[in-house]
Amino acid sequence: MNAHLQERRIILKHADDPSYSNLIGCYLREGGYETLKKAFAMKPEEVGEEVLKSGVRGRGGAGFPAGMKWKFLDRKSGKPIYLICNADESEPGTFKDRQIMYKDPHQLIEGMMIAAYAIGAKQAFIYIRAEFHEGARILNRAIQEAKDNGYCGDNILGSSYSCDLVVHRGAGAYICGEETGLIESLEGKRPNPRIKPPYFPAVLGLYQCPTIVNNVETLCNVRHIIEMGGEEFAKIGKPNNTGTRIWCVSGQVMKPGYYEFECGALTLGEMIFGVCGGLRPGRSLKAVIPGGSSSKILRADERFSGKLKDGTEFDWGLEDIPLDFDGPASVGSMSGSGGIIVMDDTVDIVEAMANINAFYAHESCGQCTPCREGSLWMRKITQRMCSGGAREEDADLLLSVANQIEGRTICAFGEAAAWPTQSFVTKFRDDFIKKASETVEEKNSRKLQLI
Amino acid sequence: MSNPLNLSENTLSKIDEVVPKYPEKRSAALMVIHLVQDELGAVNDFACEWIANRLDLQPINIKELVTFYPMLREKPWGRKHVRVCRTLPCALRGSYATCKSFEKKLGVKEGHVREDGEYSLEFMECLADCGQGPVVIVDEKTYENVDGDRAEKFADLLLDGKLDESDEFQSYEDALLKKTEE
Repeated sequence: MNAHLQERRIILKHADDPSYSNLIGCYLREGGYETLKKAFAMKPEEVGEEVLKSGVRGRGGAGFPAGMKWKFLDRKSGKPIYLICNADESEPGTFKDRQIMYKDPHQLIEGMMIAAYAIGAKQAFIYIRAEFHEGARILNRAIQEAKDNGYCGDNILGSSYSCDLVVHRGAGAYICGEETGLIESLEGKRPNPRIKPPYFPAVLGLYQCPTIVNNVETLCNVRHIIEMGGEEFAKIGKPNNTGTRIWCVSGQVMKPGYYEFECGALTLGEMIFGVCGGLRPGRSLKAVIPGGSSSKILRADERFSGKLKDGTEFDWGLEDIPLDFDGPASVGSMSGSGGIIVMDDTVDIVEAMANINAFYAHESCGQCTPCREGSLWMRKITQRMCSGGAREEDADLLLSVANQIEGRTICAFGEAAAWPTQSFVTKFRDDFIKKASETVEEKNSRKLQLI
Repeated sequence: MSNPLNLSENTLSKIDEVVPKYPEKRSAALMVIHLVQDELGAVNDFACEWIANRLDLQPINIKELVTFYPMLREKPWGRKHVRVCRTLPCALRGSYATCKSFEKKLGVKEGHVREDGEYSLEFMECLADCGQGPVVIVDEKTYENVDGDRAEKFADLLLDGKLDESDEFQSYEDALLKKTEE
C-alpha cells in the first residue's frame, strides 16, 4: 500500500488490536475517561465551543455540523434536555457503528457523557437496532462498569452532575434511523417521522423537550475533539471536512471492509483499487453507490465537471472523486453514511435497482401517500421487469413515479427512495430499455441473482 | 399484578427493572414487548392486553407496534430461527443462493416455519455487516461470508447441532467473547 493510502485510525484505534477487549480495563489502560475528566474541568459551554470549532460534521448521513446542532438547543424553555445516540445503523452498506459498539463501547460512553455534560442533558439514551442483540448486552455491561467507576450515572466524577444512560432497542425498522421517527419510537409509538417545522428536535424533541440526536461515530469524535482541542481536530482532514471518516466498502471488491482515513486523504479510485485490492480477476467496474443505498449511483465511465464551493474547477472521472463530504456531493451524489457499494460488470443494473426498490418498499412507514404507494409501485415495476415483463416505456414510468415522491413527503425517506431510481434510470437508461428485449437465455446465463 | 401469561420470575423482574428507567411509562413499550416475546416467542392479543395494562395504555397502543415492527411477532418463529440478509451488498455476494441453500437443506420456505416447528427461515433486510456478506443470523449469533456453497455445509452443521463447535463457522459474537476471556 502506498504511504498515502495508510489508514489513520482515531475512532477505530483499538478496535482490532488483538490484546484489546471491550472491558473497561483495556479502555482505562489506553487513557480512557481521562478526557471526561478534562471536560468536567471546563464549563459546559466551553465544551460546546470546542465542538463548534472542530467543524465536525454528523456521521449519520446528512453531514450537518454537530456543534451547530447543539447551538440550536432551546435552553430557555426550562424543560429537561435529552441526549440520544442514534445507533440504529440501518442504511444498507453501512457497518461502522457496529465495530465501535461491539469492540470499544466505552469510547462511545465517554463521548456521550461529555456531550451530555456540554448540553446539560438530564438523561441519555442509546437507540440501538434490535439485530444487535449482543451489542445491547455489551453496552449495558459497559454502562454498568462506567457507573461503578463514577463515569456515568449519579454524581459523575464526584460532581453535582448526574446523567443516566439507557440502552433502548428498536425492532427492525429502517425508519427509526430518521431522527424524529427515532424519537417517536423511543416514546413508545409507531415511528412515523414528525412534520417539520420545528426543523430540529433541539427545539422540540423527546416528550416535546429539547433533544440532541447524534450518530455513534459523531459522539465518539466528541471525545477526541475535547482530548486534542477543537482547533487541533480541525487540522485533520480538510476545511469543512474535518476529522477522519470510517468508510465501509461492500460489494464486489477483493477486500471489502471498514477503513478509517482522514477526510479527503484518498480518492474513490484509490479506495477501490488500492485499499480494497481492486475487483475480482477479469472483471471491470460498472458502478459505485458512494454513500449508502439511498445515495445516487455513479457510473464507472462518467465524467464529472463543475466548480467546488471554494471556486476551483474540477474535471473528474469516478476514480478521481475525493473521499470526504464535499467530493461525492459535488458530483451530484453524497457521502451519506460512508457506505460504498461497488458493482462490477457481472451485475444486471435493473436487478440491482429492483433489489433496492424492494428494500425501500419494505421500509416505508406508510405515513405519506407518495412514498407508501410510490415505493411499492417502483418495486412492482422493477420486479416485473426482472421477471420477463419489461417494456421500453418502463424507464420513463419509473422516473415519473420517483419524481412524484421526491419533495412530497414528511421526511427524507421520500428522497432516499426516489434518488436511487432517478439516478439508476437516468444514468443506465440503455440497460432499462434493453431489458424489454432480453431473452430467457440471456436471463438464465446470469449467475448472480439480485432479486 | 396477576400473571396470566405465566411469565417467569426472571422476565417479570426484568420488566419491573426496565419500566422506571424511562421518564414516561409508554417509552418502555418496545423493551417490555421484547422481554415478553423473548420468553413466549410471540406477542398475541392477550399478551398485548397484558402489556398495555402494565403500562397504563390501551391494547391498541401495543398491537400497533407489534404489527408495525418487522422483528415483532404475533406468531412464533421456529425453535431455531435463521435470518439471511437480502439487501444489495449481501445480494452482490450471493445471498440469494444462500437463502435457496437453506430452503432446500432446512426444508422450509423463506418467511415460513417448518411444519414440525423446529426451523424457520427469514430473508430479511440489511443486517449492518455488509463487508462480510452474505450475512446469516441464527437466533442471536451472526455468521459472515456464508455464500451459497458454504451455506450447505453450514446448514448440515446446524441440523446436526454442531454449529457451535465448528471451527469453520465462528460467529462474530463468539470471536469477540473469546477476546474478552483472554
